[in-house]
Amino acid sequence: MLRQLHSLPGLVAALFVIVLTVTGAILSLNPALERAETTVLAAGQISVAELAGRVAEYYPGAEQIERTPSGTLIVYYTRDDQVGADRVDPRTGQAIAAYEPSSFSRWVKNLHRSLLLDTPGRAVAGITALAMVVLAISGALLLTARLGGWRQLLRPVRGTLSQRLHIELGRAALLGLLLSALTGTYLSATTFGLGSEGVEAEPEFPLEVNGGPPAAIDTLSALKTTDLSDLRELVYPYPDDPTDMYSLGTDQGAGYIDQASGEWLSYQPHDATHKFYEFIYMLHTGEGLWWLGLILGLAALTVPVMAVTGSIIWWKRQRSKPKLAANSGPNAADSVILVGSESNTTWGFAKTLHDSLVREGHRVHTAPMNRLAFRYRGAKRLFILTATYGDGDAPASASRFLARLEKITRAPELPVAVLGFGDRQFPQFCGFAKEVETALTAKGWPQLLPLDTIDRQSTQEFARWGNTVGKVLGIELTLIHTPVRPRTTALELAEQVDYGADVQAPTAVLRFKAPESDGKNGLLSRLLGRTGLPHFEAGDLVGILPPDSPVPRFYSLASASKDGTLEICVRQHPGGLCSNFLHALPIGGTIDAFIHPNPDFRPASGKAPVVLIGAGTGIGPLVGFIRHNTSHHPMHLYWGGRNPRSDFLYEPELNAYLADRRLTELNAIFSRVDEGAYVQDKIAVDGAELRQLIEKGAQILVCGGRDMAASVMAALNEVIAPLGMDVATLKAQGRYREDIY
Amino acid sequence: MKKRTLALALGLAAAIALPALAQAREVTFTTELKDYGGDGAYVALYLTDADGRYQDTLWIAGEKSKYYKHLRDWARGSGQRSAEYDGLTGASVGSGRSLTLTLDLADELIDAGYEVRVDTAVEDMRDNRADVVVPLTTAGAGQPVSGRGYVQSFHYTF
Repeated sequence: MLRQLHSLPGLVAALFVIVLTVTGAILSLNPALERAETTVLAAGQISVAELAGRVAEYYPGAEQIERTPSGTLIVYYTRDDQVGADRVDPRTGQAIAAYEPSSFSRWVKNLHRSLLLDTPGRAVAGITALAMVVLAISGALLLTARLGGWRQLLRPVRGTLSQRLHIELGRAALLGLLLSALTGTYLSATTFGLGSEGVEAEPEFPLEVNGGPPAAIDTLSALKTTDLSDLRELVYPYPDDPTDMYSLGTDQGAGYIDQASGEWLSYQPHDATHKFYEFIYMLHTGEGLWWLGLILGLAALTVPVMAVTGSIIWWKRQRSKPKLAANSGPNAADSVILVGSESNTTWGFAKTLHDSLVREGHRVHTAPMNRLAFRYRGAKRLFILTATYGDGDAPASASRFLARLEKITRAPELPVAVLGFGDRQFPQFCGFAKEVETALTAKGWPQLLPLDTIDRQSTQEFARWGNTVGKVLGIELTLIHTPVRPRTTALELAEQVDYGADVQAPTAVLRFKAPESDGKNGLLSRLLGRTGLPHFEAGDLVGILPPDSPVPRFYSLASASKDGTLEICVRQHPGGLCSNFLHALPIGGTIDAFIHPNPDFRPASGKAPVVLIGAGTGIGPLVGFIRHNTSHHPMHLYWGGRNPRSDFLYEPELNAYLADRRLTELNAIFSRVDEGAYVQDKIAVDGAELRQLIEKGAQILVCGGRDMAASVMAALNEVIAPLGMDVATLKAQGRYREDIY
Repeated sequence: MKKRTLALALGLAAAIALPALAQAREVTFTTELKDYGGDGAYVALYLTDADGRYQDTLWIAGEKSKYYKHLRDWARGSGQRSAEYDGLTGASVGSGRSLTLTLDLADELIDAGYEVRVDTAVEDMRDNRADVVVPLTTAGAGQPVSGRGYVQSFHYTF
């Protein structure tokens, strides 16, 4: 809901927002530029009478003196029956230069407030300002939710480049943008009479004047008591008209002054609403507050970047969303399907169920688990299809499900069927599905079907579950799921480096390239630095489809696409379909692969040290991070192997990185040597040092097998216990990330 | 283009006998603006007596009354009372454009010492009071005069 509130106005208003902010940023320079070429005298230094006296020496035909909020003094005059306007020096009353407002500024200003379309344009600009208010507030709320509370708002963020740019810029500029948008909305509202701008003082026009001969302007008492810094404008009487008078406008009010006696003939102060309006106007334009103008201008410049990155983020999310035909609203549906998915595979199964139910004449609402509604008015049953992420955690689209469920106070009446997706090889098989089932039972939700599980995307098991569902509903339900083959790229094996054969752990570093022959490597591509590879970063995953299997296997990437190769580190498992295929692949042989981004598993930007921990092939992404650590952040590597003579993966490369300081410290621990040890043992030994690093804000990235990860976590828990924290604390702060298999 | 019958109800013009009001003449005022290179100009056309004292409003070009105070002499004379300009306003006049206005004026106003005045104002630029001052006479009809501010030329024809 909140996300729609952010993305919809963002998409609709994107172009207008870009125009408004770019023009706003240009205009924001004006007060500072004006200020730079103006001498501003401090308050109390000179009165309007003194200034007018000096001006009179050079401008006998002066008609009007105006002082802009930035302090520029402009004298309007008539000379030889020609009118003119000059900027003058307040100390001498002498001309600095002719006053010529820039026509470029004027054009930009009109573009800014009316898109050069007058009243309809002003309305659009006003609505855009309002959209910016909505965007700033909803963006702030989304960011808080994402980072886990207001206090965490300054925490480092992870994600794709677009996401990071969007978030980093957004939170840096948030207050400035909110101020610009709110004041802009207010100004626009007053333009359309939706808000009052108050009454500028309209002093009564005096009916009688002294009528005596005009006194010299620098002797007029009302002008003598008015400080120059309060002046807005002084309009002179007509020459040779004894019945005419001066009119004086100041920051406080306006009035008329007798040209003979120099006394106020009438005076009226501005009302409070008008003063408020002027204050808001100053905040919005920076006129009279040049430094604020510059800050707001700088903040505004982030908006075009955010509009573009925001659109990219939205588009990517839309593209990855499964396309559901005939998806009913939550209150119109009789059957609700909620999906917990990390990489969209589960969505494919949900779609099959959705389509079959729709074919049977049901009205079906399918949504991510995070969108669990507080009530489904017409629903008779609820299906929950969910995968499990990592070690029994919630997948991305279900991360907030349990919290939402907790908040539902209404007595549950919907019977639920939970179906878990997973891989029996893992100890926490369908761990999250079980947790969901338990939570539902605890809340007293009736059961439609007991928890069922699907191992390794088995279409047979899914079809069987469909039969059971059909029986309960009293219909024939045939669920034929054809896994959608992801769009893959063909890659060619370019290099293979073998390790570990002597220690019964045959491991290979494999480097793939885009095939040369597909014609994409033309001159232009080479000039643009294109490698023919899809975009990826070290730490992302590559899905490889072995021949004769629709189920991809995932490997962590040790290189980024800009390196020109796709590098993985693969251990050969006896009977492993994909690992045997890869190990047997000849140079020049091709694989079908696709990228699955894993933006969370990255070193955070910033100066904090990074501790990389891994064992065996887990070195892959870690070596990728070190390779790209060209800015020499402190990086400490703990890695476990079997025997340095056989399976010391990347040994020469790691030594080179130590030498050029991309790697700060290398701790390679081997288990099959005299006094052998595991990586977790070394962590316990180095406890004091690690504690220090963690105190300094270090981030920990762990990659490798499940057992190793568990041992490392246990060892680290002991190490940091004296700090009064544990790994769970670090995880919550985003400082402990795992890529385990 | 605007047509209206101007019936002055002034203390000063009390001499104008009522029946005479029936005799009106169609007068066309043409105000051409210079290429002053700014936003649309606010323009006030109004009548004064020979001493420059405000008598009546002919036309205000410019739609936002909050800016009318910049038409300084007119504002001073009329007190900006909306009764003075109700139904006599229109769009502002762009740089280099012209404003043509046709009104029915009572015969008594012509050759009677009245003057037509034009005040102009443009945002962020100077305000011109009495940009144009021209007596309303039969002899003056069709004689273009140039203004001091944004007005390039002004003339009226019967």
